[in-house]
Amino acid sequence: MKKKYFLNANILDPHNSIEEIGGLIISEDGKIEAVGKKVNKNNIPSREKFFDLKEKHIFPGIVDMRVFVGEPGFEYKENFKTLSNAALAGGVTSAVTMPNTIPVIDNVSIVDFLKRRGRDKAKINIFPTASLTKNIEGTNMTEFGLLQKKGIIGFTDGIKTIQNTRLMSRIMKSAYDLNCLIMQHAEDYELAKNGMVNDGIISTKLGLQGISELAEKIIIERDLTLLDEFNCRYHISQLSSAKSVDLIEKRKNEVSFSCGVSINNLSLNENDIGDFRTFLKLSPPLRKEEDRLILVKGINKDLIDVIVSDHKPEDEEQKRLTFSQAATGASGIETLLPLALELFHNDSLKLNKIIKALTSNPAKILKINKGNLSVGNDADFCIVDIYKPWIVKKETLISKSKNTSIEDKKLQGKVTNTFVKGEELFKI
Amino acid sequence: MAIIVNKAVKISQKHLLGIQDLSISDVKYILSEAKQFINLNRSKNKKLDILRGKTQINLFFEPSTRTQSSFELAGKRLGADVMSMNITNSAIKKGETLIDTAMTLNAMHPDIIVVRHQDSGACNLLSQKVNCAVLNAGDGRREHPTQALLDALTIIDRKEKIEGLKIAICGDILHSRVARSNIYLLNMLGAELNIIAPTNLMPNNIEKFGVNTFSDMKKGLKGCDIVMMLRLQKERMTSSFLSSNREYYEYYGLTPNKLEHAKEDALIMHPGPMNRGIEIDTNLADDINISVIKEQVELGVAVRMACLKIFCE
Repeated sequence: MKKKYFLNANILDPHNSIEEIGGLIISEDGKIEAVGKKVNKNNIPSREKFFDLKEKHIFPGIVDMRVFVGEPGFEYKENFKTLSNAALAGGVTSAVTMPNTIPVIDNVSIVDFLKRRGRDKAKINIFPTASLTKNIEGTNMTEFGLLQKKGIIGFTDGIKTIQNTRLMSRIMKSAYDLNCLIMQHAEDYELAKNGMVNDGIISTKLGLQGISELAEKIIIERDLTLLDEFNCRYHISQLSSAKSVDLIEKRKNEVSFSCGVSINNLSLNENDIGDFRTFLKLSPPLRKEEDRLILVKGINKDLIDVIVSDHKPEDEEQKRLTFSQAATGASGIETLLPLALELFHNDSLKLNKIIKALTSNPAKILKINKGNLSVGNDADFCIVDIYKPWIVKKETLISKSKNTSIEDKKLQGKVTNTFVKGEELFKI
Repeated sequence: MAIIVNKAVKISQKHLLGIQDLSISDVKYILSEAKQFINLNRSKNKKLDILRGKTQINLFFEPSTRTQSSFELAGKRLGADVMSMNITNSAIKKGETLIDTAMTLNAMHPDIIVVRHQDSGACNLLSQKVNCAVLNAGDGRREHPTQALLDALTIIDRKEKIEGLKIAICGDILHSRVARSNIYLLNMLGAELNIIAPTNLMPNNIEKFGVNTFSDMKKGLKGCDIVMMLRLQKERMTSSFLSSNREYYEYYGLTPNKLEHAKEDALIMHPGPMNRGIEIDTNLADDINISVIKEQVELGVAVRMACLKIFCE
């Protein structure tokens, strides 16, 4: 690989506190050789070609902590190859994949298969999770230690929640012993039973069973109570309501944990469901505008650590049904960054906060050396024209499944180039 | 009998999916058309040919006696060719999706499809995929527009107006599409609404629809001109909402004793089918001086004739 030189870029790397106009040099082996304002024309041998980025932004490659890939079992929805292409188009260079596949990622032998497929087919860094319980049944723990040795980054039942309190306490104790990361999707099943949308005026108007925000709060409250006793690495996958954020604020100083929010809950509210738009049937559900505003504030006050895409590809057939029959989830890995930039453009969040929640914060929780532009590291980064306007169209999305929650939305900001290990794998 | 055809008035919607979509002039138009059919239905020769050559398909995914037969009769009296699909023998049982069924039926060029479905919003989905008009005969717990229209017609027939009346809707509001449609319609027509239900059966934020809510039935009935009772929808109840039928009857069943709190000339309504002895005292239900339950069924045919006529055009 030839050395690459980028000049006149707006470099933002929250991990190294870099926020300046400068340059970036990529070494022959795809590592970051130099970065920042000290990199200028004088550092470049006169015969070498360089790229003048004209003050476009360079961000570290995004680390998306919640991604569903259809492999194995649902290859028709998304495979590693299509996922990679979609991710690269959105500047995502590292993805944490969920274990909700067929078969479930719950034993050592399937991890070998997964890593092989990931290595051969994926162009981005894949960090697979395994399930907390065998076959995601919520009864018996998986082999945290052995799975972790095989390269599993963390443990979660993905779209499911551990309901049994005794089991949850034992999971935490094991995770403490083995220093594993536990990620919980917080939803009390009985309270959320048959629910499809936020419990409120929209559920009443549409005649759909609601999911109370208490269903989320109760699980978080329970888990934090347990965490007080059995301190392990614990992460709440997605918050959706103001009540949950309030609770987090009260407990953040007492117990150590982290939490995330989906870009959907951060950008949309229950009114967007309109006339039964099944592409907005999500879990956790979209809630009130007041909840959305509190979630944004949660990012601002560092109560919420990460923003995820909650990328859940579903084919059209699963969405062309009545609201109660339709599948849950939206495809979103390639629109994660552009949609997050909307929060910058409308003055809700500082750019630095957004990028931090998309890069260095998730990397820190996962304990991986990604999401930064440190010298000597793999050159995973994206070049972004944060002012470029565009409209989200199903047809132009790269993901194999087109179930976007923001069809026809006007966005500002597009990834123009994405590099993994110094190699340009996406170019507009 | 002569039916006046008023070509000047038009309905604003292509489909009748819910009262929410209708304007007040739409509602008045439907009700005035329906009034014309009341006497026709009481006369000896009930057949007209307004809808001759038109095809009406009744697509009922949920069991129904009165609504389905009412729509069938209404279509036949207007001269339409009416086909009622029997879902238990159809391809839906073989796993066909609602959209595919809709496309199949659409290929046969019907002029109107009447649909009832257990899922809220099913008629909206269907209406996006067919070329003809879709009439909602009840979707999940969302809307049942013709029921609300026939209730309004019944009230107007007896009380000569709706504006200014105080109307109580009592019972299983949470699972009731009848309640939702009636709230929209009676509110639009200027009634004051008291919604009475145990908190477990009261939908979240219902007061934002501009109604008063009560969990004490006696307080809710105070000064009411109309008492509309709803059926306890056991089939939609997934977990324990109530302790027992007898306790429900004690607190929310309509008895002569509780009715005393309403106005002296208050009328009782019920969309049927009734659970006698659970939500309503059996003698009250049959008391022809105060119960208009049978009249609701009768006027239902007239309202559905009006809807078929208007939406077929």
